[in-house]
Amino acid sequence: MEVEKQVLFAGFGGQGVLSMGQFLTYAAMGAGKQVAWVPSYGAEMRGGTANCLVTISNEEISSPLTENPEMAVILNKPSLDKFEDKIKPNGTLVVNSSMVDRSPVREDLNVLEMPVNEIAEQLNNPRGANMILLGAYLEKTAVVRVEDALKHFELIFKGKKEAVIKKNKEAFLAGIEYARREW
Amino acid sequence: MKVVFKKPESLTDAQFHYCPGCTHGIIHRIVAECLDELDIREKAIGICPVGCSVLAYDYFNCDMLEAAHGRAPAIATAIKRLLPDSCLFTYQGDGDLASIGMGEIVHASARGEKITVIFINNAIYGMTGGQMAPTTLLGQVTTTSPYGRKKENEGYPVKMAELLSNNQGSAYIYRAAVNNPANVIKCKKAVKKALQIQARGLGFTMVEVLSTCPTNWGMSPIDALKWVEDEMIPYYPLGEFKNAEA
Amino acid sequence: MEKVLMKGNEALAEGAVIAGCRGFFGYPITPSSEIAEYMARKLPTIGGVFVQAESELAAINMVYGGASTGTRVMTASSGPGLSLKQEGISYIAEAELPCLIVNVSRGGPGLGGIQPAQSDYFQATRGGGHGDYHTMVLAPSGAQEMMDFAIKGFELADRYRIPVMIMAEGTLGNIMEPVIPREPVSDFFEKPWAITGCKDRAPNIINTLHLSAEFLEERNRHLFKKYARIIESEQRAETFLTDDADIIVVAFGIMARIAKKSVMEARKKGVKAGLFRPISLWPFPDKKMQEVARTAKRFLSVEISMGQMIQDIRLAVEGKAPVELYGRIGITPNPEEITRQLLLIAEREGY
Repeated sequence: MEVEKQVLFAGFGGQGVLSMGQFLTYAAMGAGKQVAWVPSYGAEMRGGTANCLVTISNEEISSPLTENPEMAVILNKPSLDKFEDKIKPNGTLVVNSSMVDRSPVREDLNVLEMPVNEIAEQLNNPRGANMILLGAYLEKTAVVRVEDALKHFELIFKGKKEAVIKKNKEAFLAGIEYARREW
Repeated sequence: MKVVFKKPESLTDAQFHYCPGCTHGIIHRIVAECLDELDIREKAIGICPVGCSVLAYDYFNCDMLEAAHGRAPAIATAIKRLLPDSCLFTYQGDGDLASIGMGEIVHASARGEKITVIFINNAIYGMTGGQMAPTTLLGQVTTTSPYGRKKENEGYPVKMAELLSNNQGSAYIYRAAVNNPANVIKCKKAVKKALQIQARGLGFTMVEVLSTCPTNWGMSPIDALKWVEDEMIPYYPLGEFKNAEA
Repeated sequence: MEKVLMKGNEALAEGAVIAGCRGFFGYPITPSSEIAEYMARKLPTIGGVFVQAESELAAINMVYGGASTGTRVMTASSGPGLSLKQEGISYIAEAELPCLIVNVSRGGPGLGGIQPAQSDYFQATRGGGHGDYHTMVLAPSGAQEMMDFAIKGFELADRYRIPVMIMAEGTLGNIMEPVIPREPVSDFFEKPWAITGCKDRAPNIINTLHLSAEFLEERNRHLFKKYARIIESEQRAETFLTDDADIIVVAFGIMARIAKKSVMEARKKGVKAGLFRPISLWPFPDKKMQEVARTAKRFLSVEISMGQMIQDIRLAVEGKAPVELYGRIGITPNPEEITRQLLLIAEREGY
């Protein structure tokens, strides 16, 4: 991995965008990286746009903000509209195709699409959508190795019930599976 | 074709931003219907608070002014005294009116300012993410009463309708709720009466409305309405507390 | 110690607890409410006092009362709340009571917005309230410093008997970064002046009213002698690649980190850029600024405001080099913008 990577997570408020970013941040810290997570909110508590930027680096992080992230994980169409052009040239775009009904326009991007909501339904884990996507994303991009992320599951979900941790782990593993098969 | 139901003139076409299940929507409509039915939209001046209804100036179709947190009664005082023919209403939440604005509201009522205060009491701070309000109930868990409100520590919830009805300057004080259709109808009657008493120049008027906050109470909208019935109304009884016409 | 991932606001609150703060008095306001919420959970479990005051005005008066007992106390708010506190801060400064005041600043003026901004600089460093006085102002730039400056802040407050302000903003409040939790502070200052009940001693009086003109002047001179000592010993700043820099970016808080990236990128493109980061906003690090002004060709003040710190830079630089502003409000500049600005200036000036 290069010295520093910045990953944007974007969707609408209530979709779990911010916690997805936090999961990645915890996992990367556990893997010994320098990390920073910065949220940005719309005014409404529900339904407004929400996004967060995760910075992962081998060195001390200077700016935790950027105009152009290397990667973006997009959970709704307005976010794709807003951020597609901002991704660095030849960057990676991860899209939940269940929620985004158009394809990216740029031709240089490495696009990874997944109908996350459908897969979550199939797995009888409708709330596991975000973890499925995270599993697939990490398996494919190795921003943090999935082994490292799994090692830190208990730490990341500290305080939550056993059953919740188990369900999230299942979803994460299912995502890894999907990436191996499809991407 | 006969129109049997439409948006009141006194509401704009802007879409409300409130959370699903929030009763601000109902109460905005009640106020607007009263302004329409009394034909005072063009005389009305509304002062909005800092709280979830901070953007109320986008929703009411009359002259509107933003107020600093809690200061609406002071602002309304000046405007009504300078423009006595106007119809002044403030729209305030429990932090705005009963916490930071406690000084302003008590004095506006004591001075008998000829304004109508719509006081939205949902026992919590909505906009800032669920902190305790002066009207938070004993035992209620909020982000700044994480162990439940205790009388030894956080004291008792304040009852504004009762408090302000003690002032001789108060001409009409009513506590309403909008958790069921019957209460909605009574609330509208009270708001109309308050505006009429303001027009007669009898003094300070207020309708306190028990409202919901499903998001920060952590409940579904339907459970929130039930919580008003089961928990709020027993502590905050509904009805008329002062009526200068009676 | 193991690093813990913490939000800036939480790190600051935990830092205060580590420093022995046992009283928090505040009112919810975005983006500082998390500090109050943390203290509401933590303080009751360690014998501390948490009160959600009825307003920021009441809160600063609770701080005034709490500080007068010799306890380490604090409040936290944002711009509009700090405006309400100014009268109280003037009292606290005159009465020489130590305390910590946190501003997690946002866009203004008026109700403004909830986006981060740095436009309370004047309010913080020029007094803000009535009369001749100063508060110390420290500007952290990450979650670790949010914790460390809270701890340092209480120490400085007690040492000099002065209110200390932590100037943060929304991004610092919400950023999540690894933090090394510090050891609990164990050495505290004696406070013979505190009012605790006059058993076995003569009564203490704390007041700020001085009807005698001569005495009032004496009081002011006394305060300013103290401020002179602070200006002499407590200036704090950090520099990065300033020794051979043609153009020096001056920025504080999160802006300093963002600008650091820009400076590195500009260097890659052959522009000799450097960064000067004031850490104490009052006292402003004049001495260090004068040093770098000897060799720099130009200064660029990057602020999330219409330009406030730029005045202090100009005063310190004393005309030795031109000082420009890159200011935005409501929007935090990204590093790429500032890099572009540096390249533009370099092109324009022929650096």
